Amino acid sequence: MAGLRFDLRDTPPEAEALRGELRAFLAEQGRDWGPMVRGYSWMGFDRDFSREVGKRGWIGMTWPRAYGGGERTALERYVVLEEMLAVGAPVGAHWIGDRQSGPLILRLGTEEQRRDFLPRIVSGDLAFAIGLSEPDSGSDLASLRTRAEKVPGGWKINGRKVWTTNAHRCDFMIALLRTAPAPDPKQKHQGLSQFLVDCRSSGITIRPILDLVGEEGFNEITFDDVFVPDSMLVGQEGNGWEQATAELAFERAGPERYLSSLPLLTAALDDLRDEPAAPEAVGRLLARAGTLRQMSLAVAGMLQDGKTPAREAALVKDVGNDYEQALPETLRKLFDPARTPDEVQEMQRIMTMVARSYSLRGGTREILRGIIARQLGLR
Amino acid sequence: MSDDLRTILLEQVERLLADRAGPDLLRANERGTWPEALWAEAEALGLPTALAPEALGGAGLGWDDAVAVWQALGRHASPVPLGESMVAAALLAAGGIAPRAGLLGLAVGNAPVAWGRRAAAVVMVSAGTVLLQPGPATRQGTAHYSREPADLAAPGVPSEEGRLPDAFGPDAALLAGALLNAARIAGALEAVLDMTVEYANTRKQFGRPIGGFQAVQQLLARCAGEVAAAGVAVANAGRAADRHGLAAAEFEIASAKVVAGEAAGTGADIVHQVHAAIGFTDDHPLHLFTRRMWDWRDGCGAERVWAARIGKAALTRGGDRLWADLTAR
Repeated sequence: MAGLRFDLRDTPPEAEALRGELRAFLAEQGRDWGPMVRGYSWMGFDRDFSREVGKRGWIGMTWPRAYGGGERTALERYVVLEEMLAVGAPVGAHWIGDRQSGPLILRLGTEEQRRDFLPRIVSGDLAFAIGLSEPDSGSDLASLRTRAEKVPGGWKINGRKVWTTNAHRCDFMIALLRTAPAPDPKQKHQGLSQFLVDCRSSGITIRPILDLVGEEGFNEITFDDVFVPDSMLVGQEGNGWEQATAELAFERAGPERYLSSLPLLTAALDDLRDEPAAPEAVGRLLARAGTLRQMSLAVAGMLQDGKTPAREAALVKDVGNDYEQALPETLRKLFDPARTPDEVQEMQRIMTMVARSYSLRGGTREILRGIIARQLGLR
Repeated sequence: MSDDLRTILLEQVERLLADRAGPDLLRANERGTWPEALWAEAEALGLPTALAPEALGGAGLGWDDAVAVWQALGRHASPVPLGESMVAAALLAAGGIAPRAGLLGLAVGNAPVAWGRRAAAVVMVSAGTVLLQPGPATRQGTAHYSREPADLAAPGVPSEEGRLPDAFGPDAALLAGALLNAARIAGALEAVLDMTVEYANTRKQFGRPIGGFQAVQQLLARCAGEVAAAGVAVANAGRAADRHGLAAAEFEIASAKVVAGEAAGTGADIVHQVHAAIGFTDDHPLHLFTRRMWDWRDGCGAERVWAARIGKAALTRGGDRLWADLTAR
C-alpha cells in the first residue's frame, strides 16, 4: 500500500529472556503504584525509579558501550518498553532521553556531547525535556519564533516554549530554535537549529501549567537572554528541521502509542466476568491490541535495520491513539458503579481525562493523517 | 516455502488475475456464469491443491503462503472460489485423503457452499473428521451481497473420510474459512483504497482535485490505518497457524477476523463516501469489491462471534494473565 510496509518481526530469544527479569522488577517496584501513577503512565516522573532502571542497564540499551550503552538490539529495547508501559510504570524521568534526545545526540552530536550526556542518561541521572512547541507554533511547528542569536563564544536565546512535559523537573532540553530568518514565509523550514539547553541556565523561567487532571504535568519556559555556548549546538546549524523530523519519528515509533490505557483493561478484567456484554467488548479490544503490537514491532524492526520509519510510525501512532483513547470509554460502558471496585473506577476516570492528550502529544491526529495522506499520494 | 518460491508463486497468481479477472468477469459470475478459463488456469498452476503436501499431489504451501495468495485474490474481488477449494483440499490432505481434481466445495456448518453447483465434491468437517461428499451441491440461490451462486450441501453419504490431526481441532473448517475471509478482506481493502486515492486525485470540484481537501485526506488516512491493520492481522494469523497449528492459532485467527471485519465496515464507509454518487451506481466497479467484503465479514463468524470467543477466554484466564498471554507468542 503506497510504499507503507509492515513486515512481521519476532522478538529475539535474548529479548524474551529479559521479560521475566522485567516482570519481577516491575512487580517489586510497582507495589505501591496506585491508579494515579498507572493512569498517568509515561507522563509520571520518578527519578528514583529511573535510576533503578538505569542500574539494570535498561536505558540507552542500544547505544555503544563507549557511551555507557548496552549494544543491545532495538527489539530487546522494545520488550523493555512494552513491559514498562503495560503496567503503567512512571518512566517520565528517563523516557525522553532514552527515546529521542539520546538517539539524536548519538547520531548528530559531537564526540564531546556524546561523552558528556549519554552516560548520564544511561544511569537515569539526567532527565530530558522536549523543546519543540511554542505558544503560537503547535501543529505549524516550523513557524516557531524563539530565536538564538550569534554572540561571541555562543548563542543568546530569547522567546518561549510551551507544553513541555516535566520541564520543571528536567535537567536539559533539546530546543529547536530559529538561528536565521526564513528567506520567505514558504521556506520557514530553513534557518532552524537544535541546541542542548541546561534547564537551570540563568535567564530561564519555568512556569508549571496545571493540567485538567490536576497535575503539574507540563510547563511554559521563558528564555530571557539565555546564553548557550557554541559547544551546545546539536548537528548542523540551519539543519534543525530535518533533525527534528527524524527525532519525531523516534518519538512516534514506540509502543506507548497504543499501550497507554492497557493497565486499565488488566485491572478491570476480573470484575467483568459476570457482565454479559464483556466478552465481545473485551475480545474486540484484545484483537486490536494484538494487531497493534505486531504493527508496532514491525516499526521497531525497521529501526533495528537502521531505517527511519517516519511514515509507518505516523500510521501506527494514529491507529494506536484511536485505540488507547477509546479503551477507557469502552470499559466505562461495562462498569457497574455500584459494584466495580473504586480503584478501577478511579483509574478509569483518570484515563478518561488523560486520554485527551493521546491524540495531541507527539503530533495531533490531524497532522499525522496529513502525513499519511501525502504518503498515499493525495495532494 | 522459501521466499523465492513464494515470490514466484505470487507473481503467477497476480499475473493470472490481472489477465483474466476484472469487472466484466465479476458481473458474469453474478449472472451465474462459471469462470471456466480462469479456473482452468488456476488448476494448471496447481493452485487449488497447493496447500496439500507434495506427497498428496499438492505444493506443500503453508497457511502464511495461503494468506498471501488470498490477499491477492481479494485485490481482484476473488473472481473464482479458489480460496474455498484450497481450504477444502488442505482439510482433505490433513485427513490423509489426496484431494481430487476439480472444484472442491467447502461447507462450514450450515452455511451455503460457494459455487457448490459446480463442485466435483463437497468437503466438510464434523467432530474432528473431514468428510468428502462426491458430486455437486444442490442449487439453492446466491450469496447475500455478492450475488454469486451459493448452494446447499445436502445431507448425503460421504465417500471418503479421514481423521484430522489434533492440531486442526474441532473447528478446523471454521478457523480456516475465517482466515480465508479475513485475508480476502485485507486484499480487497488495498484495492479499494488505491481506487479511491486515484479517484480523489482525478475528480475535481471547486477547481481542484478533491484529494487536496483536508476533509477527504483525513478520511483516506483513517482508511489506510484500517487497511494496514487488516494486513498485519492476517499475516500474523497465517504465521501463527503455521507455527502452532490451526486450533492453537485461534487467538490470532479470531483477531484477524475481528480486525479485518471492522476494517471492512469502516473502509467501505469511507471509500463510498469519497466516491459519492458515482460509487453508488451499478456501472462503477467499486461495489463489486465492497459487496464482497460485506459477505466475507459475515462469513465463518462475524466480528462479534470471534470477539466473544477470545474475550471469554481472556475473562476466564483473568487480569493477571492478560499481558503475559498477549506477549507469549
